[in-house]
Amino acid sequence: MTPRSASNITLSAWRSRVLLGLLLLGFFGLVGRAAYLQGMKNDFLQQEGASRYSRIVETNERRGMITDRRGEVLAISTPVASVCADPRKMEASKEQLENLAILLKMDITEIQARIADKRRGFVYLKRRVLPEAAESVAKMRVPGVFLRNEFQRFYPTKEMAAHVLGLTDIDDRGQEGVEREWQEKLASELGKRRVIRDRKGRIVEDVEKIRAARQGQDLVLSLDSGIQYLAHSGLKEAVEKNQAKAGSIVVLDAQTGEVLGLSNLPVYNPNRRTTINNANIRNRALIDTFEPGSTLKPFAVAVAMEVGQVNPDTVVQTAPGTFRVGRATIRDVQDKGELTVAQIIQESSNVGTAKIALSLPAQTLWEMLSRSGFGMPAGIGFPGEARGELRPYNTWRPIEQATMSYGHGISASLLQLARGYTLFTTGGELKPVSLLKQNSPTMGQQVISRATALAMSNMLELATQPGGTAPLAQVNGYRVAGKTGTAHKLINGSYASDRYISSFIGYAPASNPRLIIAVMLDEPSAGQYFGGAVAAPVFSKVMTGALRMLNVPHDAPANNIAPFSAIPEVKIEGSML
Amino acid sequence: MAKLNIVLALILIASALSVVTSQHKARSLFVALENEQEMARQLEVKWGQLQLEQSTLAMHGRIEKIARIKLDMKVPTASRVQIVTSKHPADGIDSDSVSKP
Repeated sequence: MTPRSASNITLSAWRSRVLLGLLLLGFFGLVGRAAYLQGMKNDFLQQEGASRYSRIVETNERRGMITDRRGEVLAISTPVASVCADPRKMEASKEQLENLAILLKMDITEIQARIADKRRGFVYLKRRVLPEAAESVAKMRVPGVFLRNEFQRFYPTKEMAAHVLGLTDIDDRGQEGVEREWQEKLASELGKRRVIRDRKGRIVEDVEKIRAARQGQDLVLSLDSGIQYLAHSGLKEAVEKNQAKAGSIVVLDAQTGEVLGLSNLPVYNPNRRTTINNANIRNRALIDTFEPGSTLKPFAVAVAMEVGQVNPDTVVQTAPGTFRVGRATIRDVQDKGELTVAQIIQESSNVGTAKIALSLPAQTLWEMLSRSGFGMPAGIGFPGEARGELRPYNTWRPIEQATMSYGHGISASLLQLARGYTLFTTGGELKPVSLLKQNSPTMGQQVISRATALAMSNMLELATQPGGTAPLAQVNGYRVAGKTGTAHKLINGSYASDRYISSFIGYAPASNPRLIIAVMLDEPSAGQYFGGAVAAPVFSKVMTGALRMLNVPHDAPANNIAPFSAIPEVKIEGSML
Repeated sequence: MAKLNIVLALILIASALSVVTSQHKARSLFVALENEQEMARQLEVKWGQLQLEQSTLAMHGRIEKIARIKLDMKVPTASRVQIVTSKHPADGIDSDSVSKP
């Protein structure tokens, strides 16, 4: 071939045009495809590309701890793993399924049922498995099966503080008590971030934070776990001994109104949800009200002293132990004749209190009770907190005014009553009650004068001394003041003659009160039912332990207990020598 | 002109290599950071478990049981407690109320 011969070849013009046309077609085809991919499918392709190296990682933070005032743990979340599956991607051999079933302690048919729906992208195989089992599942490397870190809530004190703390559900949301009330503060937030992973699966770069993770904040309660323990075990002992249907105890700091202990029976173990039922989940001290009986007398008598109607030495005739108001009759346990106001409190005379109350205008009495916190929630911020019943004074009949003064026809929760007694421990101030630790002194509301509060405190001290209704409330080494209450139970609108609610509310040391303890037993049925015999010993026991724990200085000679105490004390000393 | 181009090309190569190395360094440091953070998380988990264990072992009921039954301990009665008052007038109490065993 020579160039010359080549130039001689004549090509038909159409062939070059066809070629050009084909090339142009190919070119436009490519441009079109490029435009399509760049323009129309850009998002999809970028996403596909990113999914080769970027991942969204979830970070799970723990729910806040709940501690007592000294930092002892009352509720804590620890991580556990849940075994999950993606049925769309799951490929497991028969053998692997069998192994899974053994590890998870499940039936193989149950696992198969869970992954049966192939359209779902996420199912739980089993929630909250033991760490060892989770590790074994991870080692099996079954495609489509993975672990998810979750938290489980533990309550190391078990049933001791169950009613205060409450519960969380399986998704870590508060259902009851403190867990529910302060859910927002305690709850953690799931964090999400986009990261770049390398070939080995290590995270090499943070691309963006989609949502910041937030660890739940810790909560410091006002509870003192030592006092809580004493209160709970003291109450438990008394409920068992007296075969009571239920019982509650509240311990308040007498100066700040902080709740140091609160317990009810029956109770459940929050670590075992299956033990919970309608009866034992009730936080009776807060949500149940009862007619308090004589523990209300100090309020009625205090208002009479406040307005100058009586003073502690005023003599009231209580003979013959009954007193007719309209068609009803008010009775004392026995005829006590002439009593001073101080003796009326000391011996808990219904007739005396009723006579004093009837000498007052209804409005004055109502105002006093209302300002002492009756008829309104105690303000502790708990779900379902009771307000109690205090009817408006303009609907009162004289008999109601009389019975109300000794705690019938009015109802309150145990916490409200305990709070009311802050009047007598703080020189007339009603303190707010709180479940959270207070770091500064709390502001109360002055309800009665300091002089009245002091006079009432002295009278309440008489009640725990020989001749009073509650010598069993005494605490060796301390001056104790308090009041018993024994109320017939209101059942279907009428008073049951053989069912009682026995209570005692008191505080110590009387010279400079530190603790208020209120005890209530519902239907004690082992023979004894007077508040002084049933509830006062619980008070004494818990108070003795709590004052010792708090290192409170004695304010009375240590051998002042009951008349016989000196003799056995000497015997013990002798045996020690 | 050609010389300048060569110099620029060399500078370009040097800067490209340094970008690669610094990116690599950044990533390995980030991996280290991730590891430490993971460690911190694990330690926190451990801490939580230890706290749980501690509070379970230090339950008041358990301590009381061991003290009473195993160690045969008793709570002293108030009359067997001697209270030592401090010299400070604010928290001192009347010496009459101090009991003697």
